[in-house]
Amino acid sequence: MCAETPLLGADSELRAVIRTATERQTKLCLRGSGSKDFYGGTGPGLAVDLSHYRGIIDYAPEELVIVVRAGTPLAEVEAVLSEAGQMLPFEPPQYGGGGTIGGCIAAGLSGPRRPYAGASRDYVLGLRLIDGRGQSLQFGGAVIKNVAGYDVSRLMVGAMGTLGVLRDIALKVLPRPRVERTVCFACTEPEAIVRMNRWAGRMPALSASSHADGVLALRLSGSAAGVNAALRELGGELLDDAESYWRSLRDQHNYFFTQAEPLWRVSLPPTAPPLKIPLPLMIEWGGALRWLVGDLDYAAVQARVRGLGGHITAFRGAPRNIPVFQPLPPALEQLHTRIRDVFDPHRIFNPGRFCSQQESDHQR
Amino acid sequence: MLGLNQDAVINPAQRRRLVRALRAFLPEAAVLHTEETLKPYECDGLTVFRALPMLVVRPTTESDVCRVLAICAEIGVPVVARGAGTGLSGGATPIGNGVLMSLAALNRIIAIDPLARTATVEPGVTNLAISQAVASHRLYYAPDPSSQIACSIGGNVAENSGGVHCLKYGLTVHNVLKLRVAMMDGTLVELGSAGCDCAGYDLLALLHGSEGLLGVITEITVKLLPKPAEARVVMAAFDTISAAARAVARIIASGIVPAGLELMDHAATNAVEAFAHAGYPLDAQAILLCESDGASDEVDDEIECICAILADCGASTLRVSSGAEERLQLWAGRKAAFPAIGKLSPDYYCVDGTIPRRHVADVLQRIAALSQHFGLRCANVFHAGDGNLHPLIMFDAALSDEVERAEAFGNAILMLCLEVGGSITGEHGVGLEKLDAMCAQFESAELASFHALKHAFDPLGLLNPGKAVPLLHRCGEVAARQRQRRNPQHTNLPVF
Repeated sequence: MCAETPLLGADSELRAVIRTATERQTKLCLRGSGSKDFYGGTGPGLAVDLSHYRGIIDYAPEELVIVVRAGTPLAEVEAVLSEAGQMLPFEPPQYGGGGTIGGCIAAGLSGPRRPYAGASRDYVLGLRLIDGRGQSLQFGGAVIKNVAGYDVSRLMVGAMGTLGVLRDIALKVLPRPRVERTVCFACTEPEAIVRMNRWAGRMPALSASSHADGVLALRLSGSAAGVNAALRELGGELLDDAESYWRSLRDQHNYFFTQAEPLWRVSLPPTAPPLKIPLPLMIEWGGALRWLVGDLDYAAVQARVRGLGGHITAFRGAPRNIPVFQPLPPALEQLHTRIRDVFDPHRIFNPGRFCSQQESDHQR
Repeated sequence: MLGLNQDAVINPAQRRRLVRALRAFLPEAAVLHTEETLKPYECDGLTVFRALPMLVVRPTTESDVCRVLAICAEIGVPVVARGAGTGLSGGATPIGNGVLMSLAALNRIIAIDPLARTATVEPGVTNLAISQAVASHRLYYAPDPSSQIACSIGGNVAENSGGVHCLKYGLTVHNVLKLRVAMMDGTLVELGSAGCDCAGYDLLALLHGSEGLLGVITEITVKLLPKPAEARVVMAAFDTISAAARAVARIIASGIVPAGLELMDHAATNAVEAFAHAGYPLDAQAILLCESDGASDEVDDEIECICAILADCGASTLRVSSGAEERLQLWAGRKAAFPAIGKLSPDYYCVDGTIPRRHVADVLQRIAALSQHFGLRCANVFHAGDGNLHPLIMFDAALSDEVERAEAFGNAILMLCLEVGGSITGEHGVGLEKLDAMCAQFESAELASFHALKHAFDPLGLLNPGKAVPLLHRCGEVAARQRQRRNPQHTNLPVF
């Protein structure tokens, strides 16, 4: 399974680019395929194409572990796993299939299976990165249990490349479920929130959920016996072509997501009550993820979401004066700055891309 | 190094000042400073490390934890946080000139939300108490370290504890949603959320396994899972370790993720059988326990597949539990492994390392050779599902050089784990025990970034200093010792 690909994007080249950027006080915009260019803030810098560093380093299905170079296309990783009957359990968005595994982990996005199987960060076992000093650092490993040293690997997940350039990534994988079925019910939003939560507490076979336009959809995964038992208990109407439905949610590309801009991503405790914002709404993740499309009063909604214990992200197409990521409380903001000092002291990587670092990055 | 001296000179004036400052807001019984009251805190579960702290403080509320930290920060006194003291790597060993803060009295279950499937608890609540408190909702907290009746959830987070169900249900880090953490200066931060994610870096993950070096955990919100309707276990006996290892690989490659998958070698089987009478065949070279849980039809199907694979791999005995009682009996042996070894030997040293599963047969063979070399008996229990080895080295501390030999044997096993691409600790942590082994797993630049991360959280360096991450000069000394022994292969091993 070990692919031998020429390593055009060798570490030495990358180090040279980092060294030059440090000397000239310029910035670098880290980029895999560019499939998530829409996501996160923007800032100045030289685009660095990381997609040449690709290939599967090690994959043994019986270990449930795959080690890949960060520039490997996500679609290639998924295809190799699928051949052995396995998958990335967090069902990452593919955005047209061009995305790289490095971009996937750096963005830390997960798909419909997230609340039931875990997030991208839950499946990262170890990684190697090049930090802002040009050092190659390796954390975690290719084993499922490992508590040596701080869990820096997981810290990198969702850090949007602001803490280093991801190079080699070890991921835990799982068998694909033998059977998947999706059933639909007509119900209101408050009812859907309660039902999603209630079933999640009773039915380990649950693997995805959504509610939009008065329709609750639940996906069941597992062995034939497990799924059938759950279907009997649930009732509802079987959805044809469920695979493409969940794919369209995973990649946010069906009519709901594209009917208007901006696209807002609201993360909440799963039992949080309806937000009652007069915009089209899609609920996912058992109630913990609520998408809204269209213009809204950002300050008011942010305050409400924060009050409910959640956070709002201007996921796609928002005006530039609105922060992409919800600003952090001061104590956490300070901690973030200090952590960035550890891995990117010269603020070379992805200025302005992440969190409320926009302002502080520009000031430097 | 086993038996490292943690004593330091106590400054009596500083102690008096601290006692006065703490008693200003804490009851007398919450501040201990006489030798007989300090004694119970001198070690954690790794008893070879002992030290009396300058004083012990037992706050009962989060705000008291913050005040204690702020005072210690002001005076410049190190603080070691302790949960139930069941840790196995010396992470809660006191520091002679420092404060030991016991969080055992923060033991309230704050809230249970059966619909959202969460429980919010204080750090001193025991792991098992959470599952007991939510059992009436048919929910449970999945990670179950073997000390679960005693160990505290705060300690579980600090060590990122595992248990026998990790492969299917994950480690502590996969089952905690939110933490409240007191920083060394007494400020509080909230990490994670009751939802699926939060803005910013994943500091929630970073706190897991940070061994009390970054902050003091004051509140934990855990995820609860629906209790599986059914659980059954298969016990299979094999004539060779490699046949058992093949069966493990085949089961996982077939698409089954067992709820538990444990392997015991001949020595361990014989020790536990004499102790717990679980019904394991005594002539087997390896015993596998493989558990399936879920809906009852699903479990029946899975057990059938598992049995077919085990038989095909040459299992000489196969026994499937037919009821709850038989299941507990089959597990009883595995669960009694440590006390059973304790009966066989005056002392034993439980090693904790992980390896990619494919190397298990080879590694166990090499451990047997090491056992000969060091002249010490060793029994192996192995979390086969997740590659976590627990060799139990038997020795007698009263005999001249057995402690040193046991230590050298344990270290050789850890180096073996690294050689095949594993780790020096799967679930027990580094603490004081594995500081030298850390030098072999990580390069200087990596260790330096760990120190820098600690500095980001704790600029004064007062939280559990000296644990978990070795100082670079210590690694230099370790390397020099190794060069003297002409044993250079352990310096720069890759992790992948």
